[in-house]
Amino acid sequence: MIIIEAWYKIMDILPFGWTHYVFMKNALLAVLLVTPLFALLGTMVVNNRMVFFTDVLGHSALTGIAIGVLLGFYDPTLPMIILAVVLAVSINLLKNITKTSIDTVLGVFFAFIVALGIVILSRQGGFVKYTSYLIGDILAVTPKQIAWFSLIAIVVLVYWHIAGNAMIITSVNPSLARSRGVNTFLTETSFTVLLAIVVIVSIRLAGILIINSLLVLPAAASRNFARNTYSYTLGAVIISVLSGIAGLIVSYYWGTASGATIVLFAAVFYCLSALLNRFLIK
Amino acid sequence: MNTCEHCCTKIDNLTVRFGDNVILDNVNLHVNCGEVIGVVGPNGAGKTTLLRTILGEIPSKGKISFRVAGSASQKTKIGYVPQKLQFDLSSPISVTDLVASAISRYPVWAGVSKDLSERVKDVLSLFSAEHLLKRRLGELSGGELQRVLLAIAMTPVPKLLLLDEPASGVDIKGLSLFYQIVDDLRKKNDIAVILVTHDLAGVSSYVDRLILLNRSVIAQGEPKEVLSNEKLVAAFGPSLWNISCLPNLRVSGDSKNDNH
Repeated sequence: MIIIEAWYKIMDILPFGWTHYVFMKNALLAVLLVTPLFALLGTMVVNNRMVFFTDVLGHSALTGIAIGVLLGFYDPTLPMIILAVVLAVSINLLKNITKTSIDTVLGVFFAFIVALGIVILSRQGGFVKYTSYLIGDILAVTPKQIAWFSLIAIVVLVYWHIAGNAMIITSVNPSLARSRGVNTFLTETSFTVLLAIVVIVSIRLAGILIINSLLVLPAAASRNFARNTYSYTLGAVIISVLSGIAGLIVSYYWGTASGATIVLFAAVFYCLSALLNRFLIK
Repeated sequence: MNTCEHCCTKIDNLTVRFGDNVILDNVNLHVNCGEVIGVVGPNGAGKTTLLRTILGEIPSKGKISFRVAGSASQKTKIGYVPQKLQFDLSSPISVTDLVASAISRYPVWAGVSKDLSERVKDVLSLFSAEHLLKRRLGELSGGELQRVLLAIAMTPVPKLLLLDEPASGVDIKGLSLFYQIVDDLRKKNDIAVILVTHDLAGVSSYVDRLILLNRSVIAQGEPKEVLSNEKLVAAFGPSLWNISCLPNLRVSGDSKNDNH
C-alpha cells in the first residue's frame, strides 16, 4: 500500500488533467504492470503458434463465470482459473495423443466452451449482466487487484528466468530439447498453466473479446524487425507498454473502452512494423 | 559381434509397438566406440523411431545399455541432430540464441553476455560455423543448420552421436563437409555415431558398417557387402533408394535397375 501511496504522489506532480483521478492512477499502474507481462508471454505464444490456443483460453472465461454462477460463487475468478487450467492441460495432453490436427481440436474446444457458457448464462435472458466481461474495464481496477498483478508479474519473471531457454529450444525441436535434458512436457504444461492464470486474471481489465490481441500483437509487431530473442522480447515489451499508455490516455479523452483502445494502438504498431519490415529492412 | 570388447552401445531385442503396429521388431545392434554406423531402409522402416528410442523418448521392450567408464549403464551422454526443425522461418531466434540456450542456463531473452557469446563462438568455430552467429535460424541453408545442430550435439562431447537424415535439404558440397566433420570427430573423440540416411551413395565411403533396417535388422556389414546383397534389392526393389546415385552398385541378375 505504501507503494500505491507513493505512486499517487508521483502522479499528482504530473501536469495532466487525467492524472488527478484515482481511477486513472490505478489504471495506469495496472497497465504498466500487465502490458510487459503480456508482451513477455506473447513472445512465446507467437513462437509456439499458440495464438488460437490462447484465444480458446480467453473465451473459456465465459464458461468459468457460468460455472461460478451455478455454484453460487460471488466472485467467479476461482472457477474461471480452475476451468482454464484444466482446459489448458487437457488440450496439451490431447495434442500429444491425437492425430487430429491441432487447429481442429482447438476449434472443437472453442465452440463447445463458448456455447456452454452462453447457454448457462443466458438462462431467463440474463446474459446482459455479464457483458462487462466481454469488454473489460481497466478503470475499475482496485489497489488490491494491483497487488495481485504485482505478485503474478514476479512469478512470471522468475519462471521466465528459469524456463526461458528450455522454452526456446523446445519450440525449435522437442526431441533436440529432450536430448539436452529438458523435460518438454513439464515445460509446455507449466507454460500453458501460467498462461491460463494470467489470461483469466486479466479478463476483467481487457475483456474476453480482445484479451488475446494484447498477447499477440506486441510480439507479432516485434517479430517484424527482431533479429534475435533479446531484441524480440525488448521490442514486444516496449510496443506493449507504449500501446498501453497511449490507449489508456486516448480512451480517457475519447470516452471509449480502454482495453479496445489499447489494442487499436498495438494494431497500429503492428502495421507500422510490417511496413518498416517491407520497405526498409528488406 | 555379440561379445565386443570396445562396445559403447548395446541394443538387445529391442521392440517398439504403437498400439497393434510393430514399429521395431527384435532389433539387435552393437556399436563400438569410434565406429560410424549407417542405418538405411525404406520409409516407415522405423529408422527415426530407433533413434528416438535410444534417446529414451519412446517406451520399448528390450534393453539398451551403454558402457560408461568400463561398466554398463542405462544412461550416457547422447548428442542428437534432428532431421528437421519445426520453427517457422520468420522466427526471431538467432544461431547464438539457440546455441546459448542449449549450452547455458543463463536466459537468452535477457541478452547474451560477452562471455557466453565468446563460448558460443568457440563452439561454432569447431564446425566452420562461427560466421553464422548473428543469423536467424530461418536464414541458414540446410548445410549451415546441420553444422550448427552438430555443434550443439557435440557440446559437451557425447559418447554416442545420433544423426537423423543429415542429407535431407543439404547440397552435395555441404554434405561432404558435414561427413568430413563427423569423420574427424569420431577419430578425435572416439565416439560412436549412428547415422540414419537415405543418401546411400554419399554415406558409404564414411561409414564402417551399414545396417539395413526394415522393422528388424535385415542385413549388416561393410557398405560394399550390404549394397551388393542381391537379396536386399529383391526385397525392397529400386524404391528403397535412388539407384542412379549408386554408380558402383552392381546388382547381378536384375536388369530392371540398369534403366535407372
